[in-house]
Formats: sequence, structure tokens, C-alpha cells
Amino acid sequence: MTNGNLMVIRADRVARHYRMGVAVVRAVDDVTLGVRAGEFIALLGSSGSGKSTLLNLMAGLDRPSSGAILAEGRNLAEMSPQELAKHRSHTIGIVFQAFNLLPRMTLEENVELPLRLAEIDREERTARVRQAIERVRLSARLSHRPGELSGGEQQRTALARALVNRPSILLADEPTGNLDSATGDEIMRLLREINESGMTIVMVTHERPRAERFAHRIITMSDGKVISDGGSA
Amino acid sequence: MKARDLVELAGRNLREAFLRNSLTTIGISVGVASLVAMLSLGVGLQDLASDRLARTGLFDAIFVTPRSAAAAFRGSSHAGTSPAERPKPLDEDARQKIAALPNVVEVYPDIRFPIEIHFAGNSYATVAAGVTPSARKDGAFEGMKGNFFSSPNADETILQIDLAHQLSNQPDMLIGKDLTLRYAEREPLPADPNDGNSASDGFSIVPKEKTLRIVGVVETEPAGGIGSLGRGRLLLPLDLAETLRSAQANDLRDLLRDSPNRHTYESLTVRVNDPPKVKAVEDSIKQMGFAAFSLLDASKSLSLVFTVFDLFLGIFGSLALVVASLGIVNTLVMAILERRREIGILKALGASDRDVRSLFFVEAGAMGWLGGILGVSIGWIIGHAINLGTNIYLKGRNLPAISVTAVPIWMVAAAIIFSILVSLAAGIYPASRAAGLDPVEALRYE
Repeated sequence: MTNGNLMVIRADRVARHYRMGVAVVRAVDDVTLGVRAGEFIALLGSSGSGKSTLLNLMAGLDRPSSGAILAEGRNLAEMSPQELAKHRSHTIGIVFQAFNLLPRMTLEENVELPLRLAEIDREERTARVRQAIERVRLSARLSHRPGELSGGEQQRTALARALVNRPSILLADEPTGNLDSATGDEIMRLLREINESGMTIVMVTHERPRAERFAHRIITMSDGKVISDGGSA
Repeated sequence: MKARDLVELAGRNLREAFLRNSLTTIGISVGVASLVAMLSLGVGLQDLASDRLARTGLFDAIFVTPRSAAAAFRGSSHAGTSPAERPKPLDEDARQKIAALPNVVEVYPDIRFPIEIHFAGNSYATVAAGVTPSARKDGAFEGMKGNFFSSPNADETILQIDLAHQLSNQPDMLIGKDLTLRYAEREPLPADPNDGNSASDGFSIVPKEKTLRIVGVVETEPAGGIGSLGRGRLLLPLDLAETLRSAQANDLRDLLRDSPNRHTYESLTVRVNDPPKVKAVEDSIKQMGFAAFSLLDASKSLSLVFTVFDLFLGIFGSLALVVASLGIVNTLVMAILERRREIGILKALGASDRDVRSLFFVEAGAMGWLGGILGVSIGWIIGHAINLGTNIYLKGRNLPAISVTAVPIWMVAAAIIFSILVSLAAGIYPASRAAGLDPVEALRYE
């Protein structure tokens, strides 16, 4: 389900090069693509293809060596660290392969964390946290810590945390990479459900069958370059 | 992030590594305790010295003499001066005017006169001195044997221990016994019937006797202001000493005045309610036409000495706190290593560099705050232990109890604030390092 031609992210000749001694690693090399509102995009590629680096650039966790990444009309490459933090807080939600929950916090506290960082009032926080947790169907595990949850439950918690601040884009880096097949499918179904509610999703994966089954558009990367784009950029 | 959320997250982080953070906090508290103990000793000794000096009457007292006496002291003379230029007499009228000045609590004459004591069939020559009721507070009367005078004009006397030893091998046994005082009284001559003036032109000096009850024996000779140096060894209530009308050294000078029977004082001691007000009162007295001296400058020098003393004690005390602050640096740097991934997660979720920096600052500040409170408590206990030990030592030597340490409220507040500031300073490097972490690198950290 897409929302017309409204572009929420646009990468324009983006490159991310690393220097390793005398060698230069071209993790992302001259990539141009666009993400429309409501799309569910799978960034497909083998390990080292540059897909996660491109996702980090879209998230504002990393800065491009050259080119521009436009999110809601603003170039992330030109933003101050403070503005990038605001972008990560308000515009995007991120889900990681390793879940990245804080182990000493309960499920509820983990989900509440982005709202604390966004300085949302306490009363509103409680309501939003409950709503996000209900959406991933974990209301019965509010006071459990990550160590007491299964892998699927942890990833669902991470999804609730990514959605709680009502971002416009959800970025998922190998969200099923640490899960068994059934649990992975369960997460993918949840992602599709979220996408169907209007959320734009960019997902990094190396599993072509899953990408074909759930995503609207598949962009394949290799050696830092886009080698195929299932949709029109 | 809002302050309350920062504090909550910092508190959670501190509880997470409870043992390490507790040990760091105890390290800070030891530093603060050392600082507080040192400063409390400095302040306590300063208070003790100030109190003792205040009791001597040297720093809240002004010594007043007629101008002529001061000029004579400087080696000048009044030969050839007209009556209009003559110095104002230091008489009862002047005493009343000085007593009426603001901040003056007491004005009393320095009465000293030679006497002979008759006791148990023997005679002893010595000097008697009048003692004002306010002298009861003098350090010299602390621990005295017997009692202070029952009233300002009681027929009682307090003996200085050396004199008491002369009177008896057992000075304590003298208390309650009577002695006879022989002294020279100034008695006005009857008016000359052939002279038109009703008043007489002079006085005679006649021997008199007075029986006094010994009520106390004092160890050291109490000082009573600048003018009382070389005080008497037999002490009388001041009012009684005045009513005896004993011959004074300045009586001969009175004789040469126009009205020889108008009694004047050789000197007056003026007590002021607060040492800082001595200067203003002294100036007022000088404007009244009298010479006045005070030891205010000596008081200022003393204050300077103690300020330097406190400074050095504070520096030595702070050294321990500086060492403890290294513990904070170590703890927080360790925390960065352990929480590197967590910092990456926070940044991925929208935490700014400032949020991360603030979080580490709050953790450092919290350790400083807790360490400060604990340290002040320990410092206070150490101060009391020093007092206790000192007083046990003094008691063993039959000396009165004193307080050598003091922890005023300003010191409590200053020590806690200082502890927080030092801890925040120690947190600058770790906090900046944490804030500067690359989120992508931090998220990769296992």
C-alpha cells in the first residue's frame, strides 16, 4: 500500500567510503533511490553488499562521504548532530537483528525509552506505551525483562519500541536474522500488518524468499551498488 | 531528555553496578570527610582562640584616658596652655556620656591601689583591684575555687593564687575566712571658714580598714582590658572598690586643678558589644576630646593568620578529595566500556550527544552528592572524636573542657557543593567521551 508519489526518503548519488590503512572500502557507492510513503521495501544482498550501511545512512546514524540523503525534504548530510538525533527520535523507528533491548529494563520500560528521549509527558507516555505493546500483542508481558522473553517476543518488543513515537518510516535491519523460521514469519506478518496501516518500511535482509513474499519492492545491492530495483526510483 | 528522566535513568545505572559505584562513593566520602575534619579543626581552633581572646577583654575594649595622659606618654607637656586649651577631665560626667554612646555595654574605671592585708596576725603588702561584674565571663574565672562575688558591692574578695599561697599553705581553706584590708582613703578637707568659698581646696589621706570575706581563689590573674595590665592580686567588686575612695595615682593631679575635690578617673575601660564596632566607638570617644586605644589591628592580624591556616588545612583536606575524584573518572570510564552498546542504542532511539553527556554528568554528580553527605557525616564524627579525645586529655590534667572543632552549617553546605563540583569535573572527560561515541560503532560492540 503506497501513498501516491510522496517521497519520504531519497538517496541521491550517496557514497560511504571507509579508509582502512591505504585501502578505501566503498561500502555504499553512488547509490540513488527513492522511498515512497507507504512502501514496504526489502534491501536485499549478501553480507558486505552495503545494505546495512545504506540503512544506517537513512537512519541518520552515519553520514555519507558524498551525495545527499533527503528525509522529508531535508538533507541528512547537512544536519547538525542535534538535528540528526531529532530525526532519529521523531521521523524514524529502528529495529535491529540483535533486538538491542536494554537488559535491565522491563518490556514496558524499554518501549517507553524513546518517549523519554523525545520528552513526551508522563501521562501520554503510559497510554502510548500500552497502545504500542498491544499492537505487538505483548500486553501480558509488561513487567518482564528481555532475558525472560523469547527471541520473537524480544523482536516484537523492539518493534513496539520503534513504533511508540509514531515515526513515519520504520527501518528494520535483518529483523528475522536471529529467529527461527516460524518466529521469523510471525515477525514478517507483523511488519506487513504495520505496513498495511500506512507505515513506510525499509527492511534489510539476505533472505530472498521472505523478501519476495512480504515486500512490495526489492532493491538488490552488491559491492555497495544497487544492481536491481524492483520498483521505479 | 527531561531532568527527572535523567535522574531516574542515572539512578538505575548507579544501582546496576552497585558495588563499584558504592566503593567510588565511599572514596569520595573519605575525601570529603578529610576536608571537613581539617576545616572543622581550623574553624574550631579559630573560634576557640577568638573566644579566649574576647574573654580577655582586649578586642572588645577601648582604653580611654584624658588627652594630657596620652600626650605625656608621647613626651609632650601642657606647660603654658590656657584653661580653654586644657584637656577635658575624665570625670563622672564624661563616663556617663561615654556610656550613652551606641554599642557601648559597659564603662568602668581602672581602680588599683596599694593595700596591706592583715590575716592571722601577719601583714602582707600588695595591690587591690576592682573587678566589674562582667568579668565573671573572663577565662581566668573559669575553674576558680569558690564563687564569684555575690553582688557588685559585697564585702567580699577573691585572691589570686600566689597571694593565697602567701596567706596559707592550703589556699582552698581560705575560702569563707575574713581578712582585714588597710588602705589609704582620700578625705576632703573641711572648708576654710576664712575663705569665701564653701568648698575646700584639698584633701587629706587617712588610713582606713575594711573587713572582707574571702569567697574565691583564682588560678591566673584575670585581665580586664588594655588598661588593666599588671592587675592587683586581691580582687574586689568594682562598686565596693569605688566606694572605698582609695587614693589613686592621679589624685595629686586633681589637687592642682581648679576644683581639687572633683574626682576624675585616671583611665576608663569601655566595653563594646561587638569587636567590629570598636572603631566607630573609639572615633566617637576621640571626638569627645579623650585619648582612646584599642587592639583592633591585632584582632585583624589574628584573623589573617587563621584565614591562611584554614586555607592550608583546606588544601591538605582537598587532596584526598582530588584522589577520590580519580576514582570517579575510573568508574565512569569503565562504565562507558561496559555500556558502549547501550549508548549506541540510546543514540539510535534519538538520544542526542547532550543527553548522553548529561546522563554521565548526573551519575557523577549523584556520586558526588551522596559522597558529600556521607563525607560530611564522617567528618562531623571525626570532629567530635577529636573533641572527645582532647577533653579526655585535658580532664587528665585538671583543665576545663573545650571544643577544638566546629562544623558550622556553611561548612556542611560548602563541602557537599564542593564534592558535587569536583565529581562533575571528574565526569567531564568520561561524559564527553561517551557523548562522542559513534552510534554505528557502539551498536557493533559486543
